[in-house]
This record gives sequence, structure tokens and C-alpha cells, in this order.
Amino acid sequence: MPEFVLTVARFGFLILLWIFVFTVVGVIRKDLFAGVRSKSLVASPRGVGGVVPQGRPAKAKRGKAARQLVVTAGQLAGTKITLGEAQITIGRAEDSTLVITDDFASARHARLVPRDGQWFVEDLGSTNGTYLDRGKVSGPTPVPLGVPIRIGRTSLELRP
Amino acid sequence: MPRVPGTKTGRNAELGLLALAMIIVAAYGATVEANQFDKITPTFWVPAALLSALFVALHLVVRFTALYADPVLIPTVALINGLGVGFLRRLDLARAIAQKQPEPGIFAGVGGRQLAWTLAALVLAAVLLIVIRDHKTVSRYAYTLGLVGIVLVMIPAVLPASISEINGARLWIRIGSFSIQPGEFAKLALVSFFAYYLVRKREVLSLASRRVLGVDFPRGRDLGPVITVWMLSLLVLVFEKDLGTALLYFGLFVVTLYVATERVSWLIIGLVMFFGGVYVAYLLGASVGGPFANFYDRATVWLDPFAAENYNRVGGSYQLVQSLLGLGTGGLFGTGPGAGSPSKVPEVRTDFIFAGMGEEIGLFGLSALLICYLLIVERGLRAALGVRDSFGKLVAGGLAFTLGLQVFVILGGITGLIPLTGQTTPFLSAGGSSLMANWLLIAMLLRISDAGRRPASGGPAPSSGGPKQPPAQLHGAMTEVIKP
Repeated sequence: MPEFVLTVARFGFLILLWIFVFTVVGVIRKDLFAGVRSKSLVASPRGVGGVVPQGRPAKAKRGKAARQLVVTAGQLAGTKITLGEAQITIGRAEDSTLVITDDFASARHARLVPRDGQWFVEDLGSTNGTYLDRGKVSGPTPVPLGVPIRIGRTSLELRP
Repeated sequence: MPRVPGTKTGRNAELGLLALAMIIVAAYGATVEANQFDKITPTFWVPAALLSALFVALHLVVRFTALYADPVLIPTVALINGLGVGFLRRLDLARAIAQKQPEPGIFAGVGGRQLAWTLAALVLAAVLLIVIRDHKTVSRYAYTLGLVGIVLVMIPAVLPASISEINGARLWIRIGSFSIQPGEFAKLALVSFFAYYLVRKREVLSLASRRVLGVDFPRGRDLGPVITVWMLSLLVLVFEKDLGTALLYFGLFVVTLYVATERVSWLIIGLVMFFGGVYVAYLLGASVGGPFANFYDRATVWLDPFAAENYNRVGGSYQLVQSLLGLGTGGLFGTGPGAGSPSKVPEVRTDFIFAGMGEEIGLFGLSALLICYLLIVERGLRAALGVRDSFGKLVAGGLAFTLGLQVFVILGGITGLIPLTGQTTPFLSAGGSSLMANWLLIAMLLRISDAGRRPASGGPAPSSGGPKQPPAQLHGAMTEVIKP
């Protein structure tokens, strides 16, 4: 074997190793920013895309699909749930999607249901009530992005 | 497990990365042959192809049982495992050439046996993925697992030295030419037990406390379990003469405790207790000897490996010096795969494999391997952050940390950063126990990351068909987040 080939092999192998490392980091990076950048990571409720009115960028936020449910206050602050097409139940019961241990929460407190591209919050007959921003939720109420849903000491928000 | 339409599972990324990893393993094999034989034999790709088949099989199992599992874990581990097999085979080739023997077969020699062990380890990992569909089921057997873990740790200590002792450390069960290292498997059992115990006791441990100098210290009576584990690991240190394993168990417990309670004071208490214990053992070894003598020896060797009296002594610093010289010879870019002389380093197949590889791939290559380990640990911690139940968080965090700590202990040892103790380098060293236990660990991380990454389905994770199971106690544990 000529010396040249051996040198190429020696450095080629090291370069391959680093290419692998950087490819892996790239995959992880995509995963990290998945909620922010990728449009197709999680299914949004159907029919959302067409709802955005043309030429009104200021209100475009309203039309964007909610992709995550984020807990902003309370013991679970920081918890994120990626939204699919299934409903999210919230309460102290063990089988809830989001189990909250809040003294003011009921076992089956509220649920979030996607309908025609919009998420609706519905109180399930809780003792202390569910609040959307300041108003008490009495029937299924559409939840805009970024508006806090309050359950006891816990606050939740939909995020794009 | 049905795929939620429109979601990304990462499985194709995993397959792509796996292909890249296997190309690197094949390139390594080719370079080794070019340097050793001066030509590339037509069969250089066979070990890499066999490994690829095995890993792709595991990939398929993941596709069917843990669709949303982390895509990075398998390829990264596969790369390290494949390079390990390649390096061991390279040692076999060198020996065959030196003894003028024909080239060893694919399954011959240490490299071939490692290939077979990889097969066994992957089968075990696949079985774990298939049997355990929900990681919370493990918590039902937590106390059994804790007992099994302690028994596994203790077995080598109570067995006669003729069965359990290799090179002064009693960690093995030897039956004929076959030996297993039960401590490797004990890690997994103990992590599950610690996690379960701490999920139940967390409130007490984190709420009742006294504030001293701005740090919350726990009450004296809550220290019981920590002191028990500390005593246990010191017993391991004394009777099995193994600082690394002691550090591993103790560090594991302290970190799980810290993750569960978010109290820095546990880390402070843990570090002080460990270093205090080690220092006392060192002083006892210097004055009394007896069971502490081995530890004292290792410490003196570590403090000055190049001193003549340490180098010339039997069981002295010869190994460490050879390892340091090997790494130094490699320099920045190494001598090239297959062009070094790793056989000059003792125990190069097991404890010192990183020194042997380091001579040939240099600092540049070693850093890449180290980053691969770092990425595995990072993905483990990510799985802990992603999963929503406390038990899963603690298990994933504990397992990822153990892996990282083990790499630190052995690498710190062979580079002279800490006293050398015989730990295996995960996925790289020759040895079936280590390989199997660590692949089981990866399977568990895959299972937990699958639970964490799956989009919310409106209810608890679907149990694998059948009647609805009564919820285990831990389902009631509160959902929370480990703060970064």
C-alpha cells in the first residue's frame, strides 16, 4: 500500500467520525426546535391552514394551529404536552392526560377538545370552576393561543 | 402501536444514522487491514455487514414496539459497539500475524466473541422492548429488583477469592473459562429500586429541612437511607477492592436523590461523605493495611506513576505508564487504525481499550468517541425531561447518569485523573456482561423516551391490548418536571 493511501485512510476515518457526530447533533437540533420551526411535527386540528385571513399579519397569530399545551404557573410549571388530534383531560384523576395535584382541582376538572381546527375548553362540573383568562367557563369555549386557562393555582396556555 | 398521522417518529433518521455508523465501522476495518496486511482483503466488510444486520433488526423491533423512541440512541451506541468489535478484531489480526498464523475467522478470537456477545446483547434488548411495553410496570417489582441488585453486588464479595478475584479486584463469578460480572446487571436493578423508593419518600426528603448557610439540609433521621447506601458502597470498596464500583453506586444514589428533591445539599453531603470515606480508607491503608492496602497501593501509584519504586513494583504503575505513553504516542491525530502498537498496553482488551484506541485514532478521534458518549447521556437526560411520570424521570435520569459516571471513572483512571480502578468502558470493552447490561440500559432509555415523545393520545399510554390493568401505585405519583 502506498503511503499516500494510508494517510488518506487515516484522516478520512477521523473526518468520517466527526461527520457522524455533527449529523447526530443536527438531528438533535431539529428535535430541540421541533415545536418552534417544524410545521409538520405534530398534526394540527384539521382545516386550520385556510382559516388565516389574507393580508392581516397582525392577527395571523390567532389562525395558527396550537401545537403545544404549556403549563405556565402552578406546581407543574414548565410541563409541555404536544397536541395531537385527541382530547386532553385535566384533573387529579390518575388517568387524566395532565394529572395536576392542586388542592383546588377536581378529579375530572376540565377537558380540551379539538373541533374544526379550534381547541375548546369545557368544564366537567368541577367544584372550583375553570377560568379562561378572567371569565368562568360554563360551556365549550374556544381557546385562543396564549390566553391562560386557570384551574386552581395552575395556569395553562396553548402555544403554536 | 398506531402512528398518529402527521407526526414525525424519527425512525427514518435513525436508519440513516445507523447506515452512516456502519459505513464508519467498515472504513475502520478496511484501514486496519491496509495497515496490517498492506492490502485490503475482499472480506473486510463482513464484520460490519453482520453488525449492520443485527442493528437493523433491533431498529425494526423499535419500529414495532417503541415507534416514537429517541432516534439518536441506537446509531450512536452502534458506532461505539462496532468500533469496539473492530478494534478487538484488529488485536486478533496483529497477534495472528506475529505468530505467523492465517487470518482468524469472523467469529474467532476476542473480536469474534465480542461479535457474538453483541448478538446476545441485542437479543436481550429486543426482548426487554417487547416484554416491557410501559416502563411503569417495572415499578411493581421495585423491591424485588432492589434485593436482586444487592445480592448481585454482594455475590463476588462472599465467594472464595479463587472464583471471584481477577487482578486483585473481586468482581467476577468464574466458571471455567467463562466469567460474568454480576455488578454490571446490579446497576439496572438498583436504579429502578432507588427511583421507586425516592418517588415514595420524596416529599419527606425535600420538605422537612433546616436551613444552614443558605442551603437546606435534611433532618438527621431522613439521612438513614443515604447512610445505608454509603456503608454498602464502602463495604464494596473494602471487600471487593474496587473504588470505581463503590463510586458508581454511591454517585448513582446521590444523584437520583438530588433529581428527586432538587436539593443541592444532597450533592454537598454526598461528595463530602464520599471523599471523607475515601480519605479515611487511604489513611487506614497507610497505617493498618489489611483490607485497605489495595486501595492505598492504587492511590500511591496514581499520585506518582513515574516514580521508580512505583513503576518497578509488581502491581505498580506499569499499566498506567504504558497507557499514558500510548496516548502520548498517538498525539493529535494518532498513528492511524491498525498502525499503532496497542499490544504494549496491558489489559488493552478490557480496562485500557481507550488507551489502545487512543494511540491509533489520536485525540481527534477520541474526542469524537467521547462526544458520542456525551450525546448518549444527553439523550438519556432528555428522555427524563420528556417523560411525564416521576418514576420514569428518575429511572431515565439515573441510568443516563450511571453511564456517564462509568465512562468518567474508567477514562479518569487510564488518563491519571483519578486513581485507576477496573471498570469496563461501556459498549467498547471486551466482555459479555458489560455489553449485555449496557444494551439493556439503552433499551430501557428507548422505552422511556418513547413514552415521553409520543403525542398525547387523550388518555394514559395504551397497554398492550388485553383487559385494562389496575393502575399501579405509581400512576398516582404526581406529574412534574425536573428543572434544568
